[in-house]
Amino acid sequence: METLMAYVVGILFASAIYMMLRRSIVKLVIGLIILSNAANLLIFAAAGMTRGAPPLIPEGATAPLGPIADPLPQALILTAIVIAFGVLAFAVVLIHRAYEVVGNDDLDQMKDTDT
Amino acid sequence: MSPEVVLPILIPLLAGALTLAFWRSQRYQRWITLFASFALLAAGLWLLDSTREHGYVVMQMGNWPAPFGITVIADLLSAIMIVLTGIIGLAIAIYSMVATPDRHERFGYYPLMHLLLAGVSGSFLSGDIFNLFVWFEVMLLASFALLTLGGERSQMEGAIKYVTLNLFSSAIFLSAIGLLYGMVGTLNMADIGYKLSQVEHTGMVNVVALMFMISFGIKAAAFPLFFWLPASYHTPLIAVSALFAGLLTKVGVYALYRVFTLMFTGDVSYTHDILLWAAALTMLTGVLGAAAQFEFRRILSFHIISQIGYMLLGLALYTPLAIIGGVFYIMHHIIVKTNLFLVSGVVYRLLGSYDLKKLGGVYKHRPGLAVLFLVPALSLAGLPPLSGFFAKFIIIRAGIEVEAWVVTAVALLVGLLTLYSMIKIWAEVFWKPVPEGTDTSALTGKEKDPQMWIMLLPLVGLTLCTLFIGLNGQPIYELASDAAGQLMNPAGYIEAVLGVSP
Amino acid sequence: MIEDNKKIMKTNTLILHTAALFLLPLQLIFSVFLLLRGHDEPGGGFIAGLVASAAFVLYLFAHGVPATRNILRVEPHDLLAIGLLLGLAAMFPGLLYGEPFLTAQWWEFTLAGSEIKLSTVLIFDIGVYFAVLGTILTIVMSLTEAEE
Repeated sequence: METLMAYVVGILFASAIYMMLRRSIVKLVIGLIILSNAANLLIFAAAGMTRGAPPLIPEGATAPLGPIADPLPQALILTAIVIAFGVLAFAVVLIHRAYEVVGNDDLDQMKDTDT
Repeated sequence: MSPEVVLPILIPLLAGALTLAFWRSQRYQRWITLFASFALLAAGLWLLDSTREHGYVVMQMGNWPAPFGITVIADLLSAIMIVLTGIIGLAIAIYSMVATPDRHERFGYYPLMHLLLAGVSGSFLSGDIFNLFVWFEVMLLASFALLTLGGERSQMEGAIKYVTLNLFSSAIFLSAIGLLYGMVGTLNMADIGYKLSQVEHTGMVNVVALMFMISFGIKAAAFPLFFWLPASYHTPLIAVSALFAGLLTKVGVYALYRVFTLMFTGDVSYTHDILLWAAALTMLTGVLGAAAQFEFRRILSFHIISQIGYMLLGLALYTPLAIIGGVFYIMHHIIVKTNLFLVSGVVYRLLGSYDLKKLGGVYKHRPGLAVLFLVPALSLAGLPPLSGFFAKFIIIRAGIEVEAWVVTAVALLVGLLTLYSMIKIWAEVFWKPVPEGTDTSALTGKEKDPQMWIMLLPLVGLTLCTLFIGLNGQPIYELASDAAGQLMNPAGYIEAVLGVSP
Repeated sequence: MIEDNKKIMKTNTLILHTAALFLLPLQLIFSVFLLLRGHDEPGGGFIAGLVASAAFVLYLFAHGVPATRNILRVEPHDLLAIGLLLGLAAMFPGLLYGEPFLTAQWWEFTLAGSEIKLSTVLIFDIGVYFAVLGTILTIVMSLTEAEE
């Protein structure tokens, strides 16, 4: 399972970077979205996957019985998703405004501030 | 309990919430901002005093013991950075009182500024690597919004590069955290440092170390991924530029200092060597980029990059003296750079341009302002007895001690070229006569500007800070030396957090 | 009346328009349920805030920004401010007892025969609820207004 995940993460990173290298700003944002998802999935895969063992303590016990899945990576991913949501919402507003101001979505037309 | 360690985070957060609540009254927002900046500086000084006394000030959030809960910890470096944040926050708050256009204030300038300061303080005080990521993002989100406030075309174009590169860096940071957690199973930085020191250093650790280096390197605008900075820093309001110039890239530098003294010290000859060449190239590209520019803020933006190189050099040489130099350099640089950006803002207010060719005659009509530029400019170039001289001197001396001739030569050359850039600004803006066709009514004082003294106040204050650091080299050196001593001895940090000595 | 409706309605889909009216209170009640359930079981301020904002966003799609502002009565950034202040307020009580910031404080008492547990965690959760609601509505409203 981890091996499969590793390939998926690799493909996601590759396609994200490919999208970011395109000229259109819409594709740039799509690339950023895929990139953040790839990072989240990487955390999930790197921390190890345990199937069918939720980290719940049965009633009456004070410690979980047997091995359980690590809940922390999921908490991390949840936080990262929330943050990515906020940042990407901003990015969408930004490209919308940029499109309005510049008049097209070609990144090559946005070189005025470069040096 | 020691509340001083969380106050620098709480004060800006509270001020941000209050300014949001007073959305409709810009007057109240200004006063809250001013008051909160004073409070932040006071809290920073309290924290510095406390860390000097105890060494480390630790608080476990929610009373969850480390390494399970989130640790907030201040060592001397953190405390110094918080004090600097307070100084810059106060300077920007005073400057913003008169220099912020109504439009910006109505779209949430002050709440965003406080959110940014909260993110910066949080990054400096976090003892948990994931928490550091969260504060980074808080800071980034606020900076995105501040950067685009106003909505001009150049701002949009600059922001797209800024946002893309910074989000890319965040994704690498997050991936590195995931891989690191997969290896050591903890997020507490002290615990990570402890566990990494126990296991044998493998190639995988180096991979993760390099991912952190790339991620923080982007945020610190180090070579080769620095180009988002000169593309965006000259586009927003000058107070925002000054705030970014002083603090944001330094958060990246701080993170590098923290991570590469506490966590990844097992294979110094590999990691710190890469850092060394990155530092040399950062210095060189920054200063050469600046030499080609003829716009006030763009020159200063490129100089941020070259100065970042010096700070990285201090870390990369990784001797006690070099770290002292790096810490000293950070202190000097934050104050001087903010000051220079604010000077460019005042000049813009007088002459209505940032283009060197359209400026001139400031020395003749405003000699006081010329002095306020000259002190930080010469300090940036490293002339004695100003703060920059000692900072450069310590780093170069450290470079000579370990016989790193090439980077030392680069550092000296870059100092010289910095002087060239500063002289260029001096000659064009201050010395040469006003070009024909420029409106000089504000410059010659025909049009009275009753609020000008408020704008000059932070400039005078920051210049005095520069002089203070320069003239009191010894005590500041000792402070930097204590901070560097803590950085070079991570066992103290680990013990302060975990309560056990490794 | 029809003329009036056209002005208020952003889209002319009758089904969405009517459904939004009925779904809004239902979703809000469900969000409060989720918020309180978060005490001991899955739920909590964040997800409840999302559900509540989904309610308003649905209403916004059907009726437009001005109508949503009308029923919301407060500006979204005010909600954000309230949320932040509540969240910060929940940090301090621990300090009164000499414990670190954010240490949870619990107050238990019986009311009309049932045990009630109040805590700073609940205050924090309510803060999160409002902050999430405020943030999402600010984003969606400014995006919708930019679209127009």
